[in-house]
Amino acid sequence: MAKKMHDTPMLDQLESGPWPSFVTGLKRLAKDNDMTVDLLGQLEASYRDTKGYWKGGTVGVFGYGGGVIPRFTELKDESGKPVYPEAAEFHTLRVQPPAGMHYDTKTLRWMADVWEKYGSGLIAFHGQSGDIMFQGIKTENVQPAFDELNEAGFDLGGAGPALRTSMSCVGAARCELSCFDEARALRTVINNNLDDMHRPALPYKFKFKFSGCGNDCVNSIQRSDMATIGTWRDNIQVNNDLVQAYYKNHGMTDLVNDVVSMCPTRAISVVKKADVKAGEHTSVADLGDGNAMCIDNKNCVRCMHCLNVIPGGLLPGKDKGVTILVGGKGVLKIGATMGTVVIPFMKLESDEDFEKLNDLARNMLDFFAENALEHERTGEMIDRIGLVNFLDGIGLEIDPNMIIHPRMNPYVRTDGWDEEVAKAEERKNAAAA
Amino acid sequence: MAGPRHPIESGAPDPMPLMHPVMKKNYGKWVFHSHPKPGVLYHRAESGDEIWTVKAGTQRQMDVYTIRELCDIADKYGEGHVRFTARSNIEYMVADQSKVEPLIKALTDAGYPVGGTANSVSMIAHTQGFLHCDIPGTDASGVVKALMDELYEEFVKCEMPNRVKLSTSCCEINCGGQADIAIIMQHTKPPKINHDLVANVCERPAVVARCPVAAIRPALVNGKPSLEVDEKKCICCGACYPPCPPMQINDPEHSKIAVWVGGKNSNARSRPTFHKLVAAGLPNNAPRWPEAAAVVKKILAVYKADARPWERMADWIDRIGWPRFFEKTGLPFTKYHIDDWRGHRATFNASNHIRF
Repeated sequence: MAKKMHDTPMLDQLESGPWPSFVTGLKRLAKDNDMTVDLLGQLEASYRDTKGYWKGGTVGVFGYGGGVIPRFTELKDESGKPVYPEAAEFHTLRVQPPAGMHYDTKTLRWMADVWEKYGSGLIAFHGQSGDIMFQGIKTENVQPAFDELNEAGFDLGGAGPALRTSMSCVGAARCELSCFDEARALRTVINNNLDDMHRPALPYKFKFKFSGCGNDCVNSIQRSDMATIGTWRDNIQVNNDLVQAYYKNHGMTDLVNDVVSMCPTRAISVVKKADVKAGEHTSVADLGDGNAMCIDNKNCVRCMHCLNVIPGGLLPGKDKGVTILVGGKGVLKIGATMGTVVIPFMKLESDEDFEKLNDLARNMLDFFAENALEHERTGEMIDRIGLVNFLDGIGLEIDPNMIIHPRMNPYVRTDGWDEEVAKAEERKNAAAA
Repeated sequence: MAGPRHPIESGAPDPMPLMHPVMKKNYGKWVFHSHPKPGVLYHRAESGDEIWTVKAGTQRQMDVYTIRELCDIADKYGEGHVRFTARSNIEYMVADQSKVEPLIKALTDAGYPVGGTANSVSMIAHTQGFLHCDIPGTDASGVVKALMDELYEEFVKCEMPNRVKLSTSCCEINCGGQADIAIIMQHTKPPKINHDLVANVCERPAVVARCPVAAIRPALVNGKPSLEVDEKKCICCGACYPPCPPMQINDPEHSKIAVWVGGKNSNARSRPTFHKLVAAGLPNNAPRWPEAAAVVKKILAVYKADARPWERMADWIDRIGWPRFFEKTGLPFTKYHIDDWRGHRATFNASNHIRF
């Protein structure tokens, strides 16, 4: 073992400086791992030539059509032989992490041992879709490495035109802003639809992400086809002692500048305590100096800003649930799009609620599978067919919370107006019932 | 003879058996948090139980020795349970406050910067680059290492107006995602086509369909079926390259680095926003990309000096306006900043709102 190291003058420059160096890590592996010796050789060549030298291919495990990212070197000599033969095959296993990315050291050490045995010893925690990426393995080792990981309770993630590995925030495990059980929601939706992950047959990728509140720590609106985000319907809860503790430290200027004036809907006001108009929808915090802070919950959009500034003093309400948005995606091909609200609020507490979320997810996947064009994301499909047709197909009712403002042009045929008004009345009556 | 082993389709594992016992016990019952110092979070549950989190930066691409060293620290100074954030920071949770300082010392001594919490510059979300991607215009881990070396002080201190999230992407697909500051490859020339290979490697109608501006059409070149690009229409996005590697978009000289600002995923205050182009044409200068780093540092310095507490990059620019952003950062405003993609007119100033 321990092939001679290649000269890597450019990569060597990434060993200095205060941030942990992946190059130093690779060199440590290379001491007794020839694949990493050659990986460093190829990587240096990429740095030298400003050029990537990997191509894809087909590598997998028995029973699955995805989850392995095949990489073969394109850096060959005149006779067609790889310049860096030990890294000529350098595949990645995408493995789904525990929801919320929690680990004990026993599990991490075991993963390191498995990857030292079968692969290069290089692992990323985590890829942009949330997978643990076990990087650098030869084709012949892929199956035994997967078998060992799989027997211990770990499964491959998604790749290609498939349901992708999901992410949820730390949420209920350690955050007072969490509005639902993010890990349970993730595991309900993903683990009931694994066929679409392991056997890629969708028009293109489909991502679910789960964030416990509007701070959206896993970027669900921007990065997922269906975002589940925690919210609440009732009033912001007030812990008066903690609000006063904030006020004592920060004073009126910070309260006004950092909290009141930064509320996007101007729903917060500071009034004389004697002038407080208590109301069913008003949260009141007594500031202890004759003033009070009032929040008009009917006008609050649950943006999370004031809860972030006064942690624990202001908390989500008790009537918690989720908002569902659909159609977030990256650049290709129409430009990046944010998700759009399709369900303003649904409860997510009981077994039946989770069943409903699961049905909704399945419905989204089915509609996508049947209606999207090849290589089209859900956001692009909605762009093409229109939100109303999409909602019709999914079986969801329209709601003014889905738009920022109504149509700005008259280019629409409205001869069904009276029927639509009747439907609006029906929806109103159904909501009141 | 035994047949092949069938996979156990177990999906995403249950985090409960791996979670710190105090987090498990108080799951869904947290009521308060504070930020005692950079890199440390304190959380309290309804039950009165408390937990401290010490956050440290990693290189994301970790060798097994690094993983074992991080585990050794968790076993000796922590409580054996860790988690990773979406930006590849590692978090050590301890229920005993007296462990916090020794844990910080152990991590710092081993070379893992403690920080990345609250109003700091967090670790850069990054992609695969030369290390593993099949279509990269540049590296990812190296760009991140070089930049985080430069931004180290901003990671370990919390001196920014609000949190700052950065991302890098090795092509315009932007796998790194939206960020307060995003560093993204920007191709500037149409693809060079290897006509000898197209017929054998590419499904031509699929490639034609991928082009956002319909600039690609089938053609017979030197008697072989191939593709041609209308170079006047081409927007150099590289969408044709993944399905057809002979459409060589990466160009060591002409593929440049662009910097985008004001992306925000959170709903806090304003709705989530996409980042906007502010600088381009920066050289793809491995191994330390000093020109891109200089632009990022300049923007950060102006933001740090000028934004109000709690303003994210997008909130700050929304308050001061884009002309002032270009003025204060000294970045040149060019015709390329004016959008011409669909919906572009909604990005124009249709008012007399002008700051003098």
